[in-house]
Amino acid sequence: MTTLIEAEHLTRYYGKHCAVNDVSFTLAKGEVLGFLGANGAGKTTTMQMLCGNLAPSAGQIKINGFDLLDQPKAAKLSLGYLPDTPPLYKELTVQEFLLYCAQLHGIAKQSVTDAINQAKERCGLTDVADRLIANLSKGFQQRVGIAQAILHNPEVIVLDEPTVGLDPIQIREIRALIRELGQDHGIILSTHILTEVQESCTHVQIIDRGQLILNETIAGLNRQMDGGTLQIATRLAPDINSLLTIPGVSSIETIAANRIKIHHSVTTNPTEQIAERIIAAGWGLQELTPVTRTMEDIFISLTKEHREL
Amino acid sequence: MILTIASREFRSLFLSPMAWTILAILQFILAFLFLTQVEAFTELQPKLASIEGAPGLTDIIVPPLFGNAGIILLLVTPLLTMRLICEERRNKTLSLLLSAPVSNIDIILGKYLGILGLMLLIIALITLMPLSLLSGAELDIGKLFANILGLLLLVTAFAAIGLFMSCIAGHPTVAAMGTFGMLLLLWILDWSVGMNDHRSELFEYLSILRHFQNIQSGLISTVDVSYFLLFTATFIALSIRSLDNDRLQK
Repeated sequence: MTTLIEAEHLTRYYGKHCAVNDVSFTLAKGEVLGFLGANGAGKTTTMQMLCGNLAPSAGQIKINGFDLLDQPKAAKLSLGYLPDTPPLYKELTVQEFLLYCAQLHGIAKQSVTDAINQAKERCGLTDVADRLIANLSKGFQQRVGIAQAILHNPEVIVLDEPTVGLDPIQIREIRALIRELGQDHGIILSTHILTEVQESCTHVQIIDRGQLILNETIAGLNRQMDGGTLQIATRLAPDINSLLTIPGVSSIETIAANRIKIHHSVTTNPTEQIAERIIAAGWGLQELTPVTRTMEDIFISLTKEHREL
Repeated sequence: MILTIASREFRSLFLSPMAWTILAILQFILAFLFLTQVEAFTELQPKLASIEGAPGLTDIIVPPLFGNAGIILLLVTPLLTMRLICEERRNKTLSLLLSAPVSNIDIILGKYLGILGLMLLIIALITLMPLSLLSGAELDIGKLFANILGLLLLVTAFAAIGLFMSCIAGHPTVAAMGTFGMLLLLWILDWSVGMNDHRSELFEYLSILRHFQNIQSGLISTVDVSYFLLFTATFIALSIRSLDNDRLQK
C-alpha cells in the first residue's frame, strides 16, 4: 500500500494556546479516515496544516512523498481540500468557477472539459452549471465545494465536515461518493456526526484538546463496541463465585440483588456456558442481554477519560 | 499560473458595477478637464504666437491632463485595490489559492497584474484624448510618451501600496483608508520642502509628486524611474511576506 500522508509530531500553537499537540498518523491509498472530535478539539487546525494553509509550529507533513514545506507545489498537486467554509467565488457561475479551479490545479487543456464534466456529474451539479454560485442553496454550494476538491482527481482528498447543510438524500449520495472515491484515493474527513464515520470510513481517529486519543480501524472499533458485557437478571440471587469460574469471564458487577453485569473477554464468548450454569443451578434466568456500546459511548468515555488524566 | 489568477481578477472586476462605474466617472471628469485645457489653449493661442519659445499645444494640454489623472487615480486606486486579498480572506476563498499548487509569489503577482490590467485600460482611455488632437494638430509625441510613462509608473506604485494594505488589513474599508492615507502623505511630503530653508533631501526623494513631475516634464532619468520600480518592488515583496505570515500565525 502506498502511503499518501505522513504526519509526524504535528504541533500548533495559537499564541500560548496549544491547539494541536504532537499528533502523528499516516494515511494509505484506499483508506477513508474519519476525524472525530468535539468543537474546538483541533480538527480544523490539523486539516489546515495538512493542506498548507497553516504552518505547523513543529512537526513534518509529507503528502504523496513530498514534504509540504520543502516542495509545496509538488505536494499540493496531489491534494484536494474542502475547508469548513467552502471557498467559492459567489460572482461566478458553477462552470466558470470549476474552470478556474481546473486551471489553478494545472489540469492539461485538453482534459479540462472532461474533468469538469466528471466532477459535475459526481456531485450532481450538471443542472445548475450555468447558475451563479451566489444564487445556489447552501447544499448546492457545499456540493460545488466538494466538486472543487475532487476536480483534479487528487490522490489525497481532505474534506472538512463535507455533509454540513445537506439534506438527508444528499447526505446519502455524498457518503456513497466518499466510499467510491475512497477505493482509489486516500480521504480524510472530519465530522462530529458519529454515524457518518461508521458508514463511510475505514479508519477512525478521535482528537480531543489537541491530542490524538484513538487511532483505530472501523473493524477494531466494532470489536470495542461489542463491549464484552452481558446483563443478566435472575429470580434468585446467583452465586457469583461459581459464575466466575467459567472460562472467559473476567469480572462480575452486581447492580441489584438479582441483577448482575458480567464482563468477559472479547475472544471467547462464554454466553452459552453462563446460561447453562444459571439454568442448571435453578436461579431462574429471566433476562440475558449483550450490552453493546454505541459509537457515542466510546467517544464520550474516551474523551472523558482523557480529560480526567 | 500567475496569468490564470490575473485574468480571473481582471474579469471579476467587470462582473461587478465597480470597474464600469469607475471607468465611466474617470472618463467623464477627465474629458471635462481635457476640454477645458483645449479651450484655454485656443484662447491663449494668439498671445503665444508672439512669444519666442512659448509652450506648445502638448505642453499646455498633456501635463495638466495627466497630472489631474494622477490625483484622481490617487483617490480611485484605494477603492480598486482594497478588496484584492482582504476580501478573499474574509470570504475564506483564500484557502482555495493556498491549497492549490501555486506559490504565494504567484498569488500576489497574479492579483497585482490583474488590477494593473484595469489601470492600463484607464491610462489607455486617457491617452486617447490627446491622441484625438492628432486629427487637426501636431503633438510632441516624445513628451506625450513621457507623460504616459510617468502615469504608468505612478499607478504601478499606487497599486503596489494598495495591494500591501489589502494584505495586512482585516477589512476592505481599513485597507482603502490606509492606502489613501499613505498615498496622500507621500504625495504632499514634497510641500514641506519648499517652506523653510532647510531642505530635507530625504523628504524630497521620498515624495512621489516630485518624481512624477520630473518624468512629466519630459526628463526621463534613471533616478526617477528606479524610484518607482524600487517602490513597487518593495511593496510587492512586503505583500508576499505578509501572505507568508498568514500561514505562520493567525
